[in-house]
Amino acid sequence: MSLSDKDKSAVKALWSKIGPKADEIGAEAFGRMLTVYPQTKTYFAHWADLSPGGPQVKKHGKVIMGAVGEAVSKIDDLVGGLAALSELHAFKLRVDPANFKILAHNVIVVIGMLFPGDFTPEVHMSVDKFFQNLALALAERYR
Amino acid sequence: MVEWTAEERAAIQGVFNKLDYESVGRESLTRCLVVYPWTRRYFGGFGNLFNAEAIMANPKVAAHGIVVLQGLEKALKNMDDIKNTYASLSEFHSVKLQVDPVNFQLLSDCLTVVIATRLRTEFTPDVQAAWQKFLAVVVSALSRQYH
Repeated sequence: MSLSDKDKSAVKALWSKIGPKADEIGAEAFGRMLTVYPQTKTYFAHWADLSPGGPQVKKHGKVIMGAVGEAVSKIDDLVGGLAALSELHAFKLRVDPANFKILAHNVIVVIGMLFPGDFTPEVHMSVDKFFQNLALALAERYR
Repeated sequence: MVEWTAEERAAIQGVFNKLDYESVGRESLTRCLVVYPWTRRYFGGFGNLFNAEAIMANPKVAAHGIVVLQGLEKALKNMDDIKNTYASLSEFHSVKLQVDPVNFQLLSDCLTVVIATRLRTEFTPDVQAAWQKFLAVVVSALSRQYH
């Protein structure tokens, strides 16, 4: 389900609105994921504090959303643009790709919470497709 | 049997108290049909589902949204035995409607997103966790009678 020009425009337009709040969205989404899907905590067993408002969670949420922003700017070639990140996830982090969908769901929930007027069903569809393609690009180097 | 804490029960009831069935039902089903367009396969008799505007304005979509939420209310009222409460509904979806159970999760996710847009910061991580646990039990119960 590759991204049409309409999808790309929708994602970029939404990002221009939500981008300024990327850090907040990232922290909130990541924290929610750890709470709502506790199995995801297994990847962060080495962290002292996994509480949603905690400093490590906030910092990592910021890192994640920063990467999402980068992906938006590289939307025309996600596989090429995210090659290094894919290598990192494939060989070092080894996060099961099923979790990409879980994180995407939580980002979508937070976008819905913070920008209900902008997150129309059509924009929701394009964003869902974007995250699906992002996940595929991230999983590119896994095997 | 599923165990529910007092906090979880309160959270789930709290979400239901704030639900406008007509508005939330309509938008959840609309989102499902727009975000996952292949789900339209199950609604051949609904008339015009060709684009987001048509789906949003479709009276059969609106009516069905309410039906779905009324079904969920049944689960709420029988939280300690959703499995058996939904036995005939599951059989109905399997034998009569022939819906692939994957779709239950798709609609479930859309419903969660719509609730997030309505409740906003009241939809805290703990409320979301309880709500999604409730939906997971519902989805599981609905998927049981597939043979």
